Amino acid sequence: MKLLNCPMNGVRPLSEFLFGGEFREMPNPDASTDLEWASYVHYRDNAPGIKKEWWYHSPSGTWFIAERNTLTDEVLATYLHGNSPVSKVKEPS
Amino acid sequence: MMGMRLPAKIGEWIKRDKKIHFTFEGQEYFGYEGDTITSALLAAGVKVLGRSFKYHRPRGVLSLANHDINALVTDGVDTNIRADVVKLVNGMQLQAVNTDGGVIKDKRKYIDSISPLLPVGFYYKAFHKPASLFPFWEKLIRKAAGLGIVNFNFPRINKRKLNDFCDVLVIGAGPSGLSAALSAASNGLEVILVDENQYIGGTLTYDHAGQDTSQQILKDLVASVLDHSSIKIYSGAYAAGYYQDHMVPVVTDQGITKVRAKAVIVATGAFEQPPVFHNNDLPGVMLGSAAQRMIHRYAVKPFNIGVVVTANDHGYRVALDLVNAGVEVSALVDMRPKPKQDAQVDALVGKGVQVYTGYCIYEALPVKGKLGVSGALVCPYDEETATADIKNAVRIECDGVAMSAGWAPAGALLYQSGMGVAYRNDIQQFVPNRLPKGVFAAGRVNGVFSLDGRMNDGLRAAAEASNFLGKQVNVVSVAEHQGVSPSHPYPFVHHPKGKNFVDFDEDIQIKDFINAAKEGFDNIELMKRFTTVGMGPSQGKHSNMNAIRILAKIRNLPVEKIGSTTARPFFHPTPMGHLGGRSFHSHRLTSLHAWHQAAGACFVDVGAWSRPAYYQKAGLSRLENIQQESLAVRQSVGIIDSSTLGKVEVCGPDAAEFLERFYTGVYADQKIGRSRYVLLLDELGVMVDDGIATRLADEQFFVTMSTANAPAVYREMQRWLQIWKLNVTLVNVTGAYGVINVAGPKAAKVLSKLVSLDLSEAALPMGRSAKTEMNGVSLRIVRAAFVAKQAYEIYMPSPYALSIWKALLEAGKEEGICPFGTDTQRLLRLELGHPLPGIDTDGLTNPFEMRADHALNMDKPFFIGKRSLEIIAKKPLTKVLVPFVLAENYKGEIPQDCNLIIENGAIKGRVTSISYSPSAKRIIGLAYVAPHQSQLGSVFDIRTDNGSLAKATVVTAPFFNAD
Repeated sequence: MKLLNCPMNGVRPLSEFLFGGEFREMPNPDASTDLEWASYVHYRDNAPGIKKEWWYHSPSGTWFIAERNTLTDEVLATYLHGNSPVSKVKEPS
Repeated sequence: MMGMRLPAKIGEWIKRDKKIHFTFEGQEYFGYEGDTITSALLAAGVKVLGRSFKYHRPRGVLSLANHDINALVTDGVDTNIRADVVKLVNGMQLQAVNTDGGVIKDKRKYIDSISPLLPVGFYYKAFHKPASLFPFWEKLIRKAAGLGIVNFNFPRINKRKLNDFCDVLVIGAGPSGLSAALSAASNGLEVILVDENQYIGGTLTYDHAGQDTSQQILKDLVASVLDHSSIKIYSGAYAAGYYQDHMVPVVTDQGITKVRAKAVIVATGAFEQPPVFHNNDLPGVMLGSAAQRMIHRYAVKPFNIGVVVTANDHGYRVALDLVNAGVEVSALVDMRPKPKQDAQVDALVGKGVQVYTGYCIYEALPVKGKLGVSGALVCPYDEETATADIKNAVRIECDGVAMSAGWAPAGALLYQSGMGVAYRNDIQQFVPNRLPKGVFAAGRVNGVFSLDGRMNDGLRAAAEASNFLGKQVNVVSVAEHQGVSPSHPYPFVHHPKGKNFVDFDEDIQIKDFINAAKEGFDNIELMKRFTTVGMGPSQGKHSNMNAIRILAKIRNLPVEKIGSTTARPFFHPTPMGHLGGRSFHSHRLTSLHAWHQAAGACFVDVGAWSRPAYYQKAGLSRLENIQQESLAVRQSVGIIDSSTLGKVEVCGPDAAEFLERFYTGVYADQKIGRSRYVLLLDELGVMVDDGIATRLADEQFFVTMSTANAPAVYREMQRWLQIWKLNVTLVNVTGAYGVINVAGPKAAKVLSKLVSLDLSEAALPMGRSAKTEMNGVSLRIVRAAFVAKQAYEIYMPSPYALSIWKALLEAGKEEGICPFGTDTQRLLRLELGHPLPGIDTDGLTNPFEMRADHALNMDKPFFIGKRSLEIIAKKPLTKVLVPFVLAENYKGEIPQDCNLIIENGAIKGRVTSISYSPSAKRIIGLAYVAPHQSQLGSVFDIRTDNGSLAKATVVTAPFFNAD
């Protein structure tokens, strides 16, 4: 079973976590076009690579971001939202 | 029968002072402690241990290592016991599986003679038409082919599950594994060493080549390992699989230990692969390593007069061990054309062994009934064409054949970890060329075959693992492979009669592969599935590599282009009792649960909660119960336990701001004590959940959510709070408060007997909440209209719920107060026309389609889903949820949930809720219809399950006169 490092609780087995989907920075709803907004809510490229993901540690109720290589299933960093170290994720251009 | 036990010898695994008695096929035998079932039978001279899966051919020992299943036995209720490796126990009463009348006389042995009629896949081809007869054929085939019969009286046995932890897990305790474990431990690491055999040592315990030099190496290695305080040994235990982040379940008789390591060294060795010739499956024909295991571990003579056939140098080691054990080796048949010239050959020739170079065994000659070997037909062999020159055949008398042709790496765990492989021509073997972080391979699985090399490779792997774990040690180098290949690229002998077996589990012969390729199944994955090679209980351990070699030849491709199938966990079949867990379904029960049970409630799971669906009254059907309960609520008063509602307190200076962003409505100006509807959308603008928010104080809201959605809604609250970083604290009080809903025209009358609160319409209108107390318990009462116009939700601390519930029942006695369940609640809310998220919505429903525009405040700067709704609002609606009724005297097929709305043959929508309403005295429901069908009075068609169309009319809710 995989291990995940919860930023609040340390390394715990995967069975204590829930996956919360890919993390994407919300564009400004007032400034974005309909197309930009639709792309934010609908579009996922699904290409393997390093992704930011939401994960939830159920017993403690902690949401955090994991940067994970979806090709190798390697987790490179975990942190609370807003506490990002230097990100390894290439932002889509 | 002649006993085959050898005199006591150094290193044997049996304890001769401890006799063990057992029976096999009704005959009494004995063995010694330390014997496996097979070794005890072999020692007693028993050669026929089982019948094959398909053709019912007699079978004896092949690998003596759980790499084949020739010897499967039943003992009482337990079946498919692997006799080769299962320890003998006093009093066992064993039978071979899959026979009709015993292993010797098996009445189904005739199947072997009709085998040409039964090629691979014959049953699909022969019996697929007419389909109606297939069950008949299937029954016959299942009876004729197969393994042990499962006894359904098998007791439920729960084996313990343990966890263990280490720095380095070493799998395989042969020379490379032992060296690796010692080296890693001496680098200061905690080591767990796992081996499936009863004793550690691997090949050192059986591959002696007639000498005892390796005995001293074994003794020294084992002594050092046993001595080392940082090495923990699991012997008689197999590593069953590799799971992420280095978790390996280790299986023993007692159960599974989940070992979590920081690094794993896989030193699992290799499986010997048989050369393939006619009758290579007769009892008495065995792998060279099996003969060696017999001699050195169990002190059993494999046969009296033997022929060794080999396509590598290992056969010479086997021959020397046989000669040393007193076997008369009449010939060593080397399939390779180039004569081997060294001391081993000289030693063998010196012992009178005749060496045939460039020869093969064309066929093993059977004794009557194919119950054993009478000789071998040895012919010159053309390596290029894999054919024998039968004109120059030599018949050699013997009662046994030992065969060596090569090895397949035992790489299952490495494959599971994500290894990449390359095929090395110098050793004719797949070896790892890319391993995941923290996983290391050593020894034969890594392509290293010499004894020195394997020990060195163990040191190398240990050094690399140590450095991976932060140590700084020098990595030793391992010499390149020297000399000839340990595996032959194509050790096969074609024969017009076939019966040259590749997979012994499934009776698969060379011609089956050729036929499969002809039919187009010429990719290794397709070929595996068509021929079923490697799909039997030994999962290709003795057959997978040969299958790949055959396919490579058929397709005229190099082996590396064919690739290899991989074996999933578990490495060996594992008893269900080891895998089965206890039932850890977390069920949440309200504090009224025991009361509900006593009152005859029929329970239903809602999320994690167990809720009464209705209360069973004698002689009434489910529907009648529900209708009676609903009428009680409509005519007088009902009471329901709603404690399962999700409840979250939103506290802090930004509490109102949080709700405004999270839900669609307005809460900033909400007065203390007032309740408002809350509607949650996701970012797509899709309906997720709804509930009620009551403002308890300036900075404190109490929010309810539906039972099933509550955990997800609470999680979303936590996520958005982290994103928005508002000054808010969320407290999930779902379990802390009990909720009782009193509903119906007499609800106020009942309630007023217990509380001093003014319940008049003026004092407590819809949406208002008030604090009060009952019998000294503080309560909050919310006027809510979910199931009836007159309804009160009463909130109290959970421990008091039962006393309040009982007090309400007592107070309502006169009015005939009736407890009702969630099924009734669903009918009641339908009668009022309230849609339920998740029932009347799906993963695409937006609030416009629900006609919930009134709950949306589009003037707010932001709420979740608002931006998407702005886009959706520009587009025309495609469906609308409407209340509908069927004709009062409707007599046709009753429509069901999810029946489709049809107009001119096209689908326009679907029914989401439908029920007979005793209050409306007709069938009522909610359905999505096309917008043009949604006007009041419109009539649309519902296609029922029998295909007939039911006419429905759009009405307004509620469906009955609620006043």
